[in-house]
Amino acid sequence: MKRIDAIFLAGQAAQAQDALLVSNIGFPSRELFSVKDRPENFYMLGSMGLASSIGLGLALAGPERKVIVLDGDGSVLMNLGTLATIAHHAPENYLLVILDNCCYGSTGSQPTCTHLGTDLFALAKAAGIKNVKKVDSADDLPQVLQGQGVVIVKVEAGNAAVPIISLSPEEIIERFMRSARLAALS
Amino acid sequence: MACISIVLQKVFWPGGINYIEMNPSLAVYLGMKRAGINFATSVPCVNLQELLASINEDEQIVHIPVTREEEGVGLCAGAWMGGRRPALLMQNSGLGNSINALASLDILYGIPLLMIISHRGGKGEPIVGQVPMGQLTAPLLDAMAIPHFSPRLADAEETVAGAWSRAYAGRRPVAVLLDLVFWRAK
Repeated sequence: MKRIDAIFLAGQAAQAQDALLVSNIGFPSRELFSVKDRPENFYMLGSMGLASSIGLGLALAGPERKVIVLDGDGSVLMNLGTLATIAHHAPENYLLVILDNCCYGSTGSQPTCTHLGTDLFALAKAAGIKNVKKVDSADDLPQVLQGQGVVIVKVEAGNAAVPIISLSPEEIIERFMRSARLAALS
Repeated sequence: MACISIVLQKVFWPGGINYIEMNPSLAVYLGMKRAGINFATSVPCVNLQELLASINEDEQIVHIPVTREEEGVGLCAGAWMGGRRPALLMQNSGLGNSINALASLDILYGIPLLMIISHRGGKGEPIVGQVPMGQLTAPLLDAMAIPHFSPRLADAEETVAGAWSRAYAGRRPVAVLLDLVFWRAK
């Protein structure tokens, strides 16, 4: 499965569930912006490694609304402690989707340690996360996107030819917070 | 622990504050309460232990202990976007672990954050390893144009509350630095 196809399915699932969607730095955010832009998407433009943490803060702040995070293998490896924090503090409305392409895709596809055999599924389990799933095919993805916990999705290396996000950081956060609050008030 | 909660209960009685002997942890806690902080992340410092215990017992504050300070910056950013007033409690060593996130998440998007920092490595510091970051803490904050305040016990509550007001108004992180002299005050 191509990463952009997984991202499209996640965008669709987020829309169907009226979920907030936090997406990782670099090409994943650009691909999401191209295929499924919504005000409810938070495009992380810096702070590599923190997508899962930002999403966790959101989920804890508003437990009534689902939060989906699109993260990557390189980014999760940079912030492995997040798995332990998620294990013990993540609420039911939190789903972390790790798109594992075994490389740093936005910087020239240098291999990560998952390429050498580091197993993010096992790491998530060992951290104490109860609900961990692994998906290899696009057919199985929509079903697990309904759930919570952590999903490891194996995707192909390579980026789609998509432009840079045309929104400023101020625009991204302003429309995101407006849509996040609307739900809190309703 | 029990003794702390008894003191705090008295504080919330009408007029009860007049009978309480102020101490450093209580002053900071009361400042956070005045600011309306209702989401906190932390990595402990020995000087923060009483304050962390108070926050843990406070049902109005969601408190998430994190594995690394940078992770706390991410959680607090998400919590802010979800409508909370966030604080990060840490030692100044953790400021070093958080620089990129403070810059490319909080400052980039305009996200307020109250940082309560135990400032080690200054006058009276017994641990030599604390000295380099102790000396670099204020220059690092200055370089990032992050306002910082170093209150004494008498003005700590007001300084902490004011620091959040400044963070909120300016949509940026603000730091309260609490050194060894502050913690030893009675």
